[in-house]
Amino acid sequence: MPEKILKEDSIIPRKPGVAPGQGPEKGLITLPGEADREVEGLGEASYVTTKLEQVVNWARGNSLWPLPFGTACCAIEFMSMVSSHYDVARFGAEVVRFSPRQSDLMIVAGTIVDKIAPVLKKIHDQMPEPKYVIAMGACATSGGFYRAYHVVQGIDEIIPVDMWVPGCPPTPDGLMYAILKLKEKIERGEIRRG
Amino acid sequence: MSTLTKYSAIPYTGPAPTNRQQYVPADAQMMDARGQEIAAKIGSPAMLQEHGQDLPTFLVDKAAIVDVLRALRDHADLKFTMPLDLFGVDYPNRERRFDVVYQLYSLANNERVRLKIRVAEDETVPTSVDVFQGYNWYEREVFDMYGIRFDGHPNLRRILCHENFQGHALRKDYDPAQRWLLTDQGVAHIMPKIAKEYEQEEADSDFERVTLNLGPSHPATHGTLRIVVTLDGETIVGADAEIGYLHRCFEKMSETHTYQQVIPYTDRLNYCSAFINNVGYCMTVEKLLGIEAPERAQHIRLMLSEFHRIADHFVAIGTNLVDIGALTNYWYLFQPREEIIGLTEMLSGARLLPTYTRVGGLSIDAPADFLSNSQKIISSIPRFVDEVEALIMRNRIFRERVEGVGVISQEDAINFGWTGPCLRATGVPYDVRKAKPYLGYETYDWDVPVSEGGDTYARFLVRFEEIRQSVRIIQQAIDRGLPPGPVMVDNPYVALPPKEKVYNEMESLIYHFKLIMHGIQPPVGETYFQVEGGNGELGFYVVSDGTKHPYRVRVRPPCFPIYEAFPKMLIGQTIPDVVAALASLNIIAGELDR
Repeated sequence: MPEKILKEDSIIPRKPGVAPGQGPEKGLITLPGEADREVEGLGEASYVTTKLEQVVNWARGNSLWPLPFGTACCAIEFMSMVSSHYDVARFGAEVVRFSPRQSDLMIVAGTIVDKIAPVLKKIHDQMPEPKYVIAMGACATSGGFYRAYHVVQGIDEIIPVDMWVPGCPPTPDGLMYAILKLKEKIERGEIRRG
Repeated sequence: MSTLTKYSAIPYTGPAPTNRQQYVPADAQMMDARGQEIAAKIGSPAMLQEHGQDLPTFLVDKAAIVDVLRALRDHADLKFTMPLDLFGVDYPNRERRFDVVYQLYSLANNERVRLKIRVAEDETVPTSVDVFQGYNWYEREVFDMYGIRFDGHPNLRRILCHENFQGHALRKDYDPAQRWLLTDQGVAHIMPKIAKEYEQEEADSDFERVTLNLGPSHPATHGTLRIVVTLDGETIVGADAEIGYLHRCFEKMSETHTYQQVIPYTDRLNYCSAFINNVGYCMTVEKLLGIEAPERAQHIRLMLSEFHRIADHFVAIGTNLVDIGALTNYWYLFQPREEIIGLTEMLSGARLLPTYTRVGGLSIDAPADFLSNSQKIISSIPRFVDEVEALIMRNRIFRERVEGVGVISQEDAINFGWTGPCLRATGVPYDVRKAKPYLGYETYDWDVPVSEGGDTYARFLVRFEEIRQSVRIIQQAIDRGLPPGPVMVDNPYVALPPKEKVYNEMESLIYHFKLIMHGIQPPVGETYFQVEGGNGELGFYVVSDGTKHPYRVRVRPPCFPIYEAFPKMLIGQTIPDVVAALASLNIIAGELDR
């Protein structure tokens, strides 16, 4: 159980932070596939060998650039996730870009109604490949409790989705977990193309 | 803690509500008397008074409505200068099936009046846009939802639903789940009208006029707002706004759910200060039922409302500063906001949208360390506010971006029906918490911050000061301590009995079953109640027909008239000013589009 940091004016429990290189992983990065192979004389050599695709996937998974398609309450929780307390920068996904041309992860945060549906489709079409989509919250997943005359009953009516996050709204931890899961999926090379 | 402590130990001995009872407001006689005075002053034969309502109410002849509205606005004693609301109600079994309801407010006398007209399906109504500019969008909404046409309206087209929508959604015979597909051909093509002062200038200008679309997916429009501007060089000479990109049918959904089930929907109106919506809705239904939440519940409601107001202002100020390039303040302000969210989670179990109130009180009691934790948060907030103020208020770049940007005059703001911090930034000290105190706000010592100017800078000042005033209120509330007692009324026709009793007592089991199956059944009638939301007067108008479903829930959204005035504020400004001014209005789409 990590020691609780006492911050006089805070009611939220915090964990002590660890400086880079001081933690259990000692600042080392393991390349995918490296652990399975026996590398001789790695100490002297200044190179490792792996597959190009694996390195590319590894890089992609660790530097997702999200495009927040935030429409409603979930967008506020998305804001919480990128801001100081939760800080998604720890997982390399903090470069929020509002231009679809510069991003590869679309986070659909909030209810999508019929009026905005063509906009969502258009923005998704404008994103370069490879692109990933997270449907954040009940509304984006299934319309939520809005079974109503003007609400899209889940964004997979319009665009393909890689991750669904439950909750109304999901907590920032929940969204973060989805980003990490997506990262694993990308690194395994499981993502669809085209 | 046992849930038994939630309720008082004394069993309920009052009468059982008989179904289809008529609603009699507590102040009905006073309102009737006041209504007679108003009618005498106007002296119009077209006004027929309706008795036994919670506001002075008149049934007005359709043809005379514009004259009556104008007379009420211009009368030297009455001065009903502010249009609060305009909406429809559908009674399909009646000969003239629609009611169109107008609600006005008089800042001078601090009173309200309600006017109703009856309209048949094929009849039209004269438009009142000439009297109140703010009724432009309201009339479009009534047309969209009910299909009532307004004669002489400058731009009568759908406002919330998309262009390919068939039928009128809030009519009682419309299927709540019937959707219509929007195709690319159906997307509205908007061409802003050139403002009068620029109509003649095109020939003299060196530039060709360009029309530029901002949004709905644009970082500065926060997701769902759309503005179309016509530019002459860099100057905006025409602007128009389009809404409805988050219309998720709150009012129709309310009609298909029971009174308790509507509470989570209200959370999602203004999701930055969700708890205030809970309070507003529950207090409206409580007013209809003639009950009052216990003192302890009211105390917690007041404290958490103020906390959420602070959080709302943090989001408004923080995102506004991000939009004009000052990112640091956003990180600063989200830290204390996160603490407030933590407090909400501690009370209700949910972070952002608590759904914490129930009709008649609160869902659960506050934990034992609620007050000490509130004290911790409240002591830290002034430091953050001071720091952010020190960072920006003497920063020349900031001042140049916000001073004189997005200006609205006091007369225009009132004529559009603005309320809340944006109205107070034009110098009108109207705050529902002072004007019609609820939850005991009148017993606290605090001030209404007012700023002159009506520009973006003034709105910043008002919001900063309101945070400090809310801190003052909470500090007093903490010092008084939580009153002892239950947090839920002891009325088995409203409140569920505790689980222990349900499992062990026959009577409680029956009450539980009755309440789950038949719901809360308020007396037949209509009522309006208002609270001060994060953006202004948040009102709920509930019509009950004595069944477990509300017949009509109308929410008076403070953002709606504010955003309606926005295109007018842009004329003569530049694109960066659009961004700075829009964020300072703190338009919350969930509330704007409902």
